[in-house]
Amino acid sequence: MKKTALYEEHIALGAKIVEFAGFLMPLTYGSSIEEHYAVRTAVGIFDVSHMGEFTIEGDEALNYIQFVTCNDVSKLSKFQVHYNAFLTEKGTFVDDLLVYKKGDKEYLLVVNAANTDKDFNWITSKNKFNAKAKNISDQISQIAIQGPLSQELMQNFVGFPLETIKYYRFTQTEVASIPAILSRTGYTGEDGFEVYLSNEDAPKLWKLLLKEGEKYGIKPCGLVARDTLRLEAKMALYGNDIDDQHTPLEAGLEWIVKLDKGEFIGRDVLVKQKEEGVKRVLCGFEMLGPGIPRHNYDVYIGDEKVSSVTSGSYAPFLKKNIGLCYLPVEYSKVGQEIDILIRDKRVKAQVVPTPFYKRKK
Amino acid sequence: MTHHTIFFTKTHEWILPSEGKVGISNYAQGRLGDIVYIELTAQGKEVKKGDVIAVIESVKTTSDIYAPCDGKVLELNQEVTSNPGLINQDPEGAGWIIKIEVKEPFSSEGLMSKEEYETYIKTLSE
Repeated sequence: MKKTALYEEHIALGAKIVEFAGFLMPLTYGSSIEEHYAVRTAVGIFDVSHMGEFTIEGDEALNYIQFVTCNDVSKLSKFQVHYNAFLTEKGTFVDDLLVYKKGDKEYLLVVNAANTDKDFNWITSKNKFNAKAKNISDQISQIAIQGPLSQELMQNFVGFPLETIKYYRFTQTEVASIPAILSRTGYTGEDGFEVYLSNEDAPKLWKLLLKEGEKYGIKPCGLVARDTLRLEAKMALYGNDIDDQHTPLEAGLEWIVKLDKGEFIGRDVLVKQKEEGVKRVLCGFEMLGPGIPRHNYDVYIGDEKVSSVTSGSYAPFLKKNIGLCYLPVEYSKVGQEIDILIRDKRVKAQVVPTPFYKRKK
Repeated sequence: MTHHTIFFTKTHEWILPSEGKVGISNYAQGRLGDIVYIELTAQGKEVKKGDVIAVIESVKTTSDIYAPCDGKVLELNQEVTSNPGLINQDPEGAGWIIKIEVKEPFSSEGLMSKEEYETYIKTLSE
């Protein structure tokens, strides 16, 4: 079992620890609802050092990433980030990821912890380019600072105005005199930052953030809050909402599929799927009856089992029980009634517009 | 004989036989995390030891609560149905879940005293 460089910090803070993707990670430091609220209303920090990081470097770095992903990497400017996906030949997900353009021949890819090895094997097996992929996951720590007060907090640690880093942009800088990548990204539906730094420096920054953050009402946040926050914002989770059985078109992620960018793995299937139209789509629903929908609970329309819940939870900020599931297109409209099988009882739910939660700009 | 002391089960319920109150232990609420929903069995129902008498949903998980003894369900704690977080705040007090009519003589067989339970939870891996 792996530990992140912040493991001792979590223990000292009294975190409940669980195994996740081969790492011992904090589930919560007490109340996941309070952590969730801190991120929606103030600021919270997360240890996300379990995430995987690859560098792609070389003359054909761009062509290489273009071939193994579906979004158009050529559209990125230097110091820009975008959401992207590795797809199988069937057009289904190998994983979703962030692509950072550090230079014309230098990129950073950030992937899901549970998929780090699988992804790295996948992309290296597809490498017919003059470019080198390197898995640097074990050397890199990542701390996410999320919430409306993130910028105010982080301004204490950098010597330039943070307004200059726009959404999905990053810079290579020093944060509290620590060399880091500072990126305006996140997985919570709030404004915020993600800081990539070396393992040795991670505990120092973590402690500084908590100390300086006190006056902003900062809370360290665990995996439960991370999951409830991303679900309210309808951000997909690999293994739940997206996997090797579903394509980005079905998952409502057509905006990351750039069919006109040239050849890439999975393209042919997606071209056809787009022409013919998808048969099922990922939908958000809200429970009308009592009970919390959970991953894998059966979904019914009338007497027919149509699918299962991909993600479901109590939504702490919205104070509702919400979930995601794939539905046949003809039953996917907002207002459609569905039943979720909860403890052998069918409980009414309704398709609602997503994201469930959207922050005020 | 009336039991004024609290007993615990291996599945982390407690019972106070003199009042018939049943709840979950402080340890259990800590493991579950924030409790947001509770579904209770019907009032008046005869239950056997080990029957599911409630389902507790925390943000992250769902957990069955078992009857610590045979008896009839007398009362459901309405306070916890309207405010399930009460179980987190005061699990062995105001956060009681149901009241059972305990059959006399009450048998504490298979149950643990507070001290025995404290020792028991120390043996459980985190």
